[in-house]
Amino acid sequence: MRDTKGFKIYRAVVLAVLGLFVLVPLYVMVTSSMKPLSDVQGAFTWWPSNLTLDPFVDMWRTVPLARYFVNSTIVSVAATAFSVAIAILAAFAVSRFRFRGRTVFSTTVLSTQMFPGVLFLLPLFLIFVNINNSTGVQLVGTRLGLIITYLTFSLPFSIWMLAGYFDSIPRELDEAALVDGCGPMGALWRVVLPAARPGVIAVAIYSFMTAWGEVLFASVMTTEANRTLSVGLRQYSTQTNVYWNQIMAAALVVSIPVVIGFLLAQRHFVAGVTAGAVK
Amino acid sequence: MSVATHETPVTAGATPRPKKKRGPDRRPGLSRSLPYLLLAPAVLLELLIHIIPMLVGIWMSFVKLTKFFIANWSAAPWAGFDNYKVAVDINNAVGEGLLKSFGVTIIFSAVTLALSWALGMAAAVALQPAFKGRSIVRTLFLVPYALPAYAGILTWNFMLQRDTGAVNHVLVDNLGLTSDRPFWLIGGNALISLITVAVWKLWTFAFLTLMAGLQSIPNDVYEAASVDGAGLVRQWRHITLPSLRPVNLVLVLVLFLWTFSDFNTPYVLFGTAQPPAGDLITFHIYNASFLTWNFGSGAAMSVLLLIFLMIVTGAYLLVTGRRSRRA
Amino acid sequence: MRLRSLVAAVAVSALGISLAACGGSDSGDSSGGGGGGDATLTYWASNQGTSLDNDKQVLTPVLEKFTQETGVKVNLEVIGWNDLQTRIQTAITSGQAPDVVNIGNTWAASLQATDAFLPFDGDAMTAIGGKDKFVPTALATGGKEGTDPTSVPLYGLAYGLYYNKAMFQQAGLQPPKTWEEMVAAAKKLTNPAKNQWGMALAAGSYTENVHFAFINAAQNKSEWFNAEGKPTFTSDGNVQGVLRYLDLMQKDKVANPSNAQYDNGTKAVNDFATKKVAMVINQNNANSSIVANGMKPGEYGVVPFPAPAGGEQVASHVAGINLSIFKTTKNKDAALKFVKYMTDAPTQTTLGKPFASLPVLKDAKPAFTSDAAEAATFSDIYNTKSKPLPLVPAEDQYESTVGKAMNSMFAKIATGGTVTADEVKAALKTAEDQVAASS
Repeated sequence: MRDTKGFKIYRAVVLAVLGLFVLVPLYVMVTSSMKPLSDVQGAFTWWPSNLTLDPFVDMWRTVPLARYFVNSTIVSVAATAFSVAIAILAAFAVSRFRFRGRTVFSTTVLSTQMFPGVLFLLPLFLIFVNINNSTGVQLVGTRLGLIITYLTFSLPFSIWMLAGYFDSIPRELDEAALVDGCGPMGALWRVVLPAARPGVIAVAIYSFMTAWGEVLFASVMTTEANRTLSVGLRQYSTQTNVYWNQIMAAALVVSIPVVIGFLLAQRHFVAGVTAGAVK
Repeated sequence: MSVATHETPVTAGATPRPKKKRGPDRRPGLSRSLPYLLLAPAVLLELLIHIIPMLVGIWMSFVKLTKFFIANWSAAPWAGFDNYKVAVDINNAVGEGLLKSFGVTIIFSAVTLALSWALGMAAAVALQPAFKGRSIVRTLFLVPYALPAYAGILTWNFMLQRDTGAVNHVLVDNLGLTSDRPFWLIGGNALISLITVAVWKLWTFAFLTLMAGLQSIPNDVYEAASVDGAGLVRQWRHITLPSLRPVNLVLVLVLFLWTFSDFNTPYVLFGTAQPPAGDLITFHIYNASFLTWNFGSGAAMSVLLLIFLMIVTGAYLLVTGRRSRRA
Repeated sequence: MRLRSLVAAVAVSALGISLAACGGSDSGDSSGGGGGGDATLTYWASNQGTSLDNDKQVLTPVLEKFTQETGVKVNLEVIGWNDLQTRIQTAITSGQAPDVVNIGNTWAASLQATDAFLPFDGDAMTAIGGKDKFVPTALATGGKEGTDPTSVPLYGLAYGLYYNKAMFQQAGLQPPKTWEEMVAAAKKLTNPAKNQWGMALAAGSYTENVHFAFINAAQNKSEWFNAEGKPTFTSDGNVQGVLRYLDLMQKDKVANPSNAQYDNGTKAVNDFATKKVAMVINQNNANSSIVANGMKPGEYGVVPFPAPAGGEQVASHVAGINLSIFKTTKNKDAALKFVKYMTDAPTQTTLGKPFASLPVLKDAKPAFTSDAAEAATFSDIYNTKSKPLPLVPAEDQYESTVGKAMNSMFAKIATGGTVTADEVKAALKTAEDQVAASS
């Protein structure tokens, strides 16, 4: 049917144009990371005339990249774990129970996605400081503060997506579990969660990417001790030089784990998004 | 945001009833409080990170929170609606700046949304029928979305440099389109650059979502249509587009909200040297707050932005909701 | 991070929010200050060396020596210029601040207005060695005139006109003494076809731009604020001063239009060091970048940035880094000791070289260069030919509004437009309105 000539031409054109659009920046990133500094400061060339891997070595020295890497990893993994766990509980409640305030909850939580970050950036900072003063829990300049913030950022979307996913799982399955003597939590754990695995994976990817790439709050809430990659990368522009080759090398290296993780799990992500969006 | 659309199709009647029957005869107290217990962590965190800070932000918009008072908040004088008056008075420099930035943001948001959706749709349709290498292409197309935002934007910043960038190398040296090297990060072109970078990142999300939506259209519908002699364009208009309607409703709204409050792209692309043509509104507010130390005024602008987004979203949901009910 | 403490934190904040909203300053906790035992200071240093890491390496032994002498430990954090202002702002707002901090001295009056910093009044000033040890113009940057300063100079910097000796010699040129000579020399050394330009300007950096708006206007004997602290941006001297600087690219065409994209001084210096341009105006800490990018110390000379014939001899603003103590410090005595230590002659000499800074002390010799002529030139500029930027609370807004207006005008010129005196005036009027509206 749609293997007509017209469609094939259309497909070839679309794939060529979009392929170039996607690939060129990636190509520039990779090749520039392998050029000496003098070459990236001069006129651009498609082929690196002097290949070198020095930027991949130097980048760890110019900026304490390893420390930022550790920070980003800990923050993102922890934020993801908590976000997914909390979202599962909330989505289960929204999907399987009818209770007072259910609509208010869903609407409010999702509308928080609309809040411009600049509006609550400074207030959040102040609240963290106050918590610190009253309880001694240090939230500013620590990973804990970032984890709490980031996990909340991905929460609304995660709850929404998971609730959609749970809705698509037949209720008869829960009931069977309930008949077998499981409580509602047992039904969640033994029946709903296994069936919703793709959705959970999708939410986890989303949460991780949110935390790994966040810039605005990181620029205010991080100090040297908990600085993440998103703001750390800016430090390759120093007082004496802009180390473009090292920036590209670092950008490449910090992207690889996320990109690989995302691509490995992309099928689940697609399935998860579909379940959330299409019903 | 997309909540309300989610609200409609939930099979509200069917779900909870069986549980209601079952719940009470086992553990009545727990069953009633269980949903609230399940929600508690999410509610507490939302309160802490979103709701309460937003309320504090709204309070800030009503006080004169300039550098004279930020060290001692309680002494900041009540400003009433003064911050708002300054922000919306288009005859003064601050209001005029905000209005211009608002205009730039509308253009940016509309064009980015349209292009991202169009490219995402074009690619999703192209990849709909299976062919050799489809999964490789799909994987490749998803890379910009998977890349951390700042890594992609920094690369574009490098490519858009006037003398050393790849873009001018192509336009001037390789293709010889102009002899004069254009600027991409300052002047009027800055908006084009901003849109390009944002589209580069966002279209793959549109692609991902639309592709997922297309999977739910059974193939025989197309076959039946082509038997009836419908061309590809007609098939797209009469089958693909209507089937994707629920996906599109959500996708357009999400893209709008993301682009309209995009902070990362201008912040990473322009740094401190942002040109007026690339002065997106959240970035404008960030500068109004942190650069001029007027957090009250910045908060008032944020609240105005929030109100605008709420009105647009509300109107959108109302209109689309009504239409789908009629359909 | 355990879940229980997390939940506790959430609960506490939900209950205590009425306090949280407006309790900002009273219970401020200096993040480094542990009670009892030896005092520990938290010190935020700005980025002066080639990288944050380099700064740390330079400062660590200096701080260790201080600990040996006094028993006071110092927690160092080096903060890049991109982040420093935001970090200071949030520190002031929250009261969660370090003990001692570096500030760009041009922010001194603005930061003083926040009332978050310890004034160096009689006792405090005596504790750090008395005001007489400082170069008077340098100390003048410490705060508003007629008040106790809330910051004292740490590293002195001044603009100089760097020129490439070989290029000047080949063209038979002498180092310029007036603006006109500078433009004439630049024109002679400009050859766009060969991508050779007379000068490089950091025309996309609003902080650099505003400095030159200020210096050029000062050469016209013009002020940006009147005695009451109200902005007077649109005066003729200011407009002409700004236009003169813009004309380097617009009318004289001695600067590559690409410079409009140079968002920090580094890029202009790189062009000079790699011999793409014959002259660059930069602060004396350019030395380390110049050498790092391949030029040898003897290959360049420095003269004061010249005024037009008959103009006021202002070659620089009083640039540099100041030290401030946060009022919230719990270790005031230790902090004062630390400020004294950092501004004493031996430390100044030790740090002067790696950070290429001018001493802020009277009678001290610059250590940043072995070139005696260059040292003398910069000392002369710093001590006799510089004027502090406006010492008013709105200085920060002056920097951002006027600087960004200049960015836009340079962008317009670079993309083929022209900027007339009237347009300069209109742009400065907008900047003035912005400052007036938010003060």
